Amino acid sequence: MPHHALEVANLSKRFDRPAVNNLTFSVRSGEFYALLGPNGAGKTTSLRMVAGLLQADGGSIHVFGENAMTNPVAVKQMMAWVPDEPMIYDRLTPLEYLEFVAGLWGVESATAMKNAHELLEWLGLAPHSRERCEGFSKGMRQKVALAGALVHDPRLIILDEPLTGLDAGSARLVKDVLLSRVEKGCSVIMTTHILEVAERMAERIGVISRGRLIAEGTLETLRQGAGGTDSTLEEIFLGLVQGDTETGESAAA
Amino acid sequence: MRQSTFATGGLGWFARHEFELSWRDFMRMMSAGKAGREKVVLAFMAVSVIAVHAIAYVALLPVLENGILINKPALAVISGSLVLTFSLMMSQAMEHVTRAFYSRSDLDLILSSPVSAKKLFTVRISAIAVTTAMLSLLLFGSAINILAAFDNIWWLAAYPVLFALSAFATALSVTITIVLFKTVGARKTRLISQIVAAIVGAGFVIGIQLAAITTMGSISRLDFLASETAMANTPDPAHWVWIPARAASGEIMPLLAFVALAFVIFRLALACFAERFGEHVIAAAGISQSATTQRNRRTFFAARSVRATLRRKEWTLLLRDHWLLSQTLMQILYLIPPAYMLWQGFGQTNSLAIVAIPVLVMATGQLSGGLAWLAISGEDAPELVQTAPILKGAVIRAKVEAVLGAIFLLAAPILLLTAIASPYLALVATLGVGAATVSATMIQLWFRSQAKRSNFRRRQTSSKVATIAEAFSSILWAGTAGLAAAGTWMFLFLLPVTLAVLWIARSFRPRAEI
Repeated sequence: MPHHALEVANLSKRFDRPAVNNLTFSVRSGEFYALLGPNGAGKTTSLRMVAGLLQADGGSIHVFGENAMTNPVAVKQMMAWVPDEPMIYDRLTPLEYLEFVAGLWGVESATAMKNAHELLEWLGLAPHSRERCEGFSKGMRQKVALAGALVHDPRLIILDEPLTGLDAGSARLVKDVLLSRVEKGCSVIMTTHILEVAERMAERIGVISRGRLIAEGTLETLRQGAGGTDSTLEEIFLGLVQGDTETGESAAA
Repeated sequence: MRQSTFATGGLGWFARHEFELSWRDFMRMMSAGKAGREKVVLAFMAVSVIAVHAIAYVALLPVLENGILINKPALAVISGSLVLTFSLMMSQAMEHVTRAFYSRSDLDLILSSPVSAKKLFTVRISAIAVTTAMLSLLLFGSAINILAAFDNIWWLAAYPVLFALSAFATALSVTITIVLFKTVGARKTRLISQIVAAIVGAGFVIGIQLAAITTMGSISRLDFLASETAMANTPDPAHWVWIPARAASGEIMPLLAFVALAFVIFRLALACFAERFGEHVIAAAGISQSATTQRNRRTFFAARSVRATLRRKEWTLLLRDHWLLSQTLMQILYLIPPAYMLWQGFGQTNSLAIVAIPVLVMATGQLSGGLAWLAISGEDAPELVQTAPILKGAVIRAKVEAVLGAIFLLAAPILLLTAIASPYLALVATLGVGAATVSATMIQLWFRSQAKRSNFRRRQTSSKVATIAEAFSSILWAGTAGLAAAGTWMFLFLLPVTLAVLWIARSFRPRAEI
């Protein structure tokens, strides 16, 4: 079994300016990895390239040893993508949505049904399983999308700001679901602006700025790098980003 | 002290705000959202205006050469055209009113502000009347101008008549929608009014076509309106029934009476309903929060292929979206006259079928364009489908199959009826329907751009080339099928033209991205 769930090497993407610039990082098998960065740092662009939603200009992506650029179908079979804005079908019920997703991933019927009912129960959606999603709140929609991501038992889950706009209860539930998946050996990579979440949940944290990885490691490693033993992740993050921005500005000048 | 009309929160202020938004919306639609294209759009509009006037001149030339005598057949043709216009206006106004009820946009902001909701809705209802009139002006303006220039200046009276008709249609639409709201509630009103709008829009055209087929064996509305059958069953020219037609032809007293009546009815509708419009809008907002339970008893998680899963999803979403259904219903309704024609002509002659086949081909072409957009571009969870472990080609194939399946279900009964009458005509019709459907679907594939399904009405704005190509493709396939059905080899000349249009459209397709 490959040691790494995800290996990204020299990944690049340019729009009007470089959005992702020779980005290299990896997520170990069974690891919870948080990718942090200021707005426009290239977090979402990077994850979208990993998920196969955006074509990279250069570099490589391997998921459990499979090359995502040459064998995208095999890679997608192992992955699930959860965007910040839940993309579900308003006119389908949660049960129908999960049936559709399971159909796309070719999950065997009995397994799909068992997984779907378990997830709906776990996420508190069982009483609404036959109601159309059109009247659901943002939290409920995010839970349906998360159930869709988990119904096919992915080995790597990619989440882009999954907790944005969720109430405390829903956010807690989503975090519990993710941690339980990690306990079962699933790998998770998540972007978030809520540093407290990264601090509590992630085993390793990557900090990205101007499309490059500027720091990576456990919270302890990052603290040591920042030169303080009591620093919070917020202090470390702000110090790193500010330093990188100043370097960038002086280089531009 | 009386508040100035143009002061903040006044009627004029609201009207200016609405006009600015509408104008920007229109320009964005015309320029497909690309900046700096205003001059191009205005130039295109100017050329279009000249072109439609040239077409109107050519079409009206035989009438102009003989001079127009306002007799009973002329009044019947003008009245028929006005009723046709009115039915289209009603359909459009009902849709606008329903949308005003159910779309939120800026209403939350305005209704939560201290300005009078009555003023806002007075402006919005008036805007609906003006917008509705503008569409008919686009259709008939050139004909009116040509008649005024080359026959009689008094034909310009048709303009106020069209505005008056629009005022009637808007007043009636607001009344119907509010009565529905009070009787059947917010949720059902949306569905019923949309279906009514579709039926009203197509109803008169279809009704008169059915009458023409029954009495004359022809699908021509104008021939029927001026026919002896119609003349024998209509009152004398002095009768009040002809007032709108006489007003449109420039008779001053009927014109003044008609416009005054429209103004009074419109003002009455505003006085009765503008005040309460806000309450209904708030009530309508509540329906999106209420749950719709699906009571299907089917087996979940049955074993299916990925393509079958995708097809099933497309069909389920289409069947559950009543708004989209009513949008497509209009096109399906136009299939009724050719089907009736085939039934009428069954066992007698093939000539009726020859007329019906192009209508069938045209209607299915247009319908498949809409369905193909929904399946291919109107995907509400594109990232879910893109991240699924399926080849892109398989997804597209499944979606195309969903479109073809729906079209086949609709066209099959008519094709079967044709096959019983004439296997040759059935073959031509099947090939025509197939070619029009595949072409419309291919055009949607070439010009696909991801959008929400709720943007269905605006699908034409994403690409003018696709819209024009889709229309031309349907028309040309209908012509090709019609010529082939008539047994003339002329269709071989039209076939390359049709294929050339598709080839040109394909060459304009945007570069494919991931």
